[in-house]
Amino acid sequence: MTVALDQPATTAAAKPARRRRVSLGAIAPYLQATPLALILGAFLLLPILMIAVVSFWDYDFASMYPDFLTTNYSDVLGSWVTWKTYLNTLKYAAIVWVLTLFIGFWVAYFLAFHIRTTAMQMVLFLVCTVPFLTSNIIRMISWIPVLGRNGLVNSTLVRMGLVPAPIEWLLYSEFAVVLAMVHLYTLFMVTPIFNTLMRIDKSLIEAARDAGASGWQILWNVIIPLAKPGMAIGTIFVVTLVMADFSTVQVMSGGQSASVALMMKNQMSLLQYPAAAANAVVLLVLVLLMVAGILRIVDIRKEL
Amino acid sequence: MTNTADKKTGISRRSLLKTGAAAVGFAAGSGAISGFPTIWAQSNITLRQFGTGVSNLNAIADKCKADLGITLEMTATDSDAAAQRAVTQPDSYDIADIEYWIAKKVFPTGVLQPMDVSKLKYYDELVPLFKTGKLTPDSVIAQGTAPHTVGYVEAQDSKVFAKAPTNWFTMVPTIYNADTLGIRPDLVGRDITTWADIMDPAFKGKTAILNIPSIGIMDAAMIMEAMGNIKYADKGNMTKDEIDKTIDFLIKAKQGGQFRAFWKSFDESVNLMASGEVVIQSMWSPAVAAVRSKGIACRFQPLKEGYRSWGGGLGLAAHLKGAELDAAYEYINWYTSGWVGGYLNRQGYYSANMVSAKKFMSEDEWGYWIEGKPAKGDILSPDGKVMEKAGAVRDGGSFENRMGKVACWNSVMDEDRYMVKRWNEFIAA
Repeated sequence: MTVALDQPATTAAAKPARRRRVSLGAIAPYLQATPLALILGAFLLLPILMIAVVSFWDYDFASMYPDFLTTNYSDVLGSWVTWKTYLNTLKYAAIVWVLTLFIGFWVAYFLAFHIRTTAMQMVLFLVCTVPFLTSNIIRMISWIPVLGRNGLVNSTLVRMGLVPAPIEWLLYSEFAVVLAMVHLYTLFMVTPIFNTLMRIDKSLIEAARDAGASGWQILWNVIIPLAKPGMAIGTIFVVTLVMADFSTVQVMSGGQSASVALMMKNQMSLLQYPAAAANAVVLLVLVLLMVAGILRIVDIRKEL
Repeated sequence: MTNTADKKTGISRRSLLKTGAAAVGFAAGSGAISGFPTIWAQSNITLRQFGTGVSNLNAIADKCKADLGITLEMTATDSDAAAQRAVTQPDSYDIADIEYWIAKKVFPTGVLQPMDVSKLKYYDELVPLFKTGKLTPDSVIAQGTAPHTVGYVEAQDSKVFAKAPTNWFTMVPTIYNADTLGIRPDLVGRDITTWADIMDPAFKGKTAILNIPSIGIMDAAMIMEAMGNIKYADKGNMTKDEIDKTIDFLIKAKQGGQFRAFWKSFDESVNLMASGEVVIQSMWSPAVAAVRSKGIACRFQPLKEGYRSWGGGLGLAAHLKGAELDAAYEYINWYTSGWVGGYLNRQGYYSANMVSAKKFMSEDEWGYWIEGKPAKGDILSPDGKVMEKAGAVRDGGSFENRMGKVACWNSVMDEDRYMVKRWNEFIAA
């Protein structure tokens, strides 16, 4: 984030030096930044600020009372439920990240290097986005008749005689949650990786081959390092989506598994807004730390 | 358009507006003087009603419009959101269609006004369950937030619930039912007689309970007591210790894999049952009917410990006055005058005014739904679908048999916040 701010700051500093007399020229960059600043301020910073403020308030079942209490935070951080739920959510994030990265990279790799014409690449890429024409919820719920005890998979397996009784853990389990998340979020990995792979100069690969590198060496020493920014962007997408997910966890686990956002949703439906706000602040801090960590490892801007 | 009119006739824009306003005023005025009872149709009164969905039925709004001319705008929410909305947005509704345990939370905040019993045309016909807590003079009052305990206040401006019937009703009762476990008789493979059967190891991974804390805890309490694990002083108002014991038991059962899922909405419970994921679970009566209407066997099994019951009513928003208040009373009197009652009875719920509802039901319908007799012909739902074939008998039998065996009412506990916190732990465990 600090890196991103550098550039406008230096140009803004450079400009008044060049033509100190024209004041309009000096404030032009600020004017140009104003609309975005206003929108972000009103619709991002202000709400976050309000959440932070409310997280210190007192409440009962019906209303909230302005106050400065830390009990919401001590309730959140002091309960084993919170820790367990955070661990569970992080576990989902880690598993889904590994799977979407693996699948996403190979899909993007196939699109970028094995499809020869650009037109075909675009067609196939659009095919990848077809599922997005229906809603998130529908794509998720359609797994239920497939995975259920009497669902497509189980009835096929039983009829083929491969298993004596339906497999129970296919639905309403952590497996189902991970499966649905991978299905929902892989495209968020494919898109940025595909984008970076397309920008790799093909002559680099030719040069590597001329220098005697094997296919794996090219992949490991040329392609993957150059694809890192795309992977980092995809990672940010997937991790933040999984950390904030509640509907997938609730529907696919049959209400048996918990995630941080689901915990917040429960609190909000029980009108405990300050408690949910405290939870939101904790989650926000955690996710920002994770994103900061990713940005430290990979310099996204350098490669774009 | 006004510009061309200006040129041709010489009427200024200003005078045109004036004439228009006068015409509108005349139209409204002529409506107002055309008299009772069509007054509502003319003056276009709209009542905004919000509630928990069970009785927020479009058919009722349509019929209300046809009979009274009052437009009903209905909003359905879940119970927690209903309680919140009732308290935090008191100006956003005119009629609160909420359950009695929600009323216990909401009424003391002063957002609802008590209603004058003498203005209720059908007050005397209402089932005594909502006045004295007893269906028949010798029945036992059930545990929990029994409707009569929050049914009255001492005076018009009072927010304190009265111990005995007074002239000031908090809500007029409309809809109620007795809930129990739903089962798939074709899949359980044995007789189900007690709430404890849901914990039978034979049904491991094939049971579900509902994930609405205030109701789920009551089902859990019925199960706990049926298993002989504990004897509650009042299931509807547990002590912290009782809550701990109940939740610890649930967590143990969950970790042992007893439950397949926890459901939150009506359709989830229908799907769980219809797909065979679950063979015994907490259920609501219309959900059982929905499963059956798919041609799948499902029974709302009466159990020896009795039913967990719930009841809802209509409350008046505190801001109502004048013509709107009159319209609201008119609406409530219409609601209890029979058509709605018959409609609700035919959906498998119960109307608080059985006398008037009977007039709107056929003899066979009354026999099947209320008297527990075998149906002589096919029993149709209000929208004309066949619900039961001739010869069918209602699960649990007659009205007296079902509502007379209520073990506890849905309730809100003094230790509500603690209970909710522990319930969340159960779901996260």
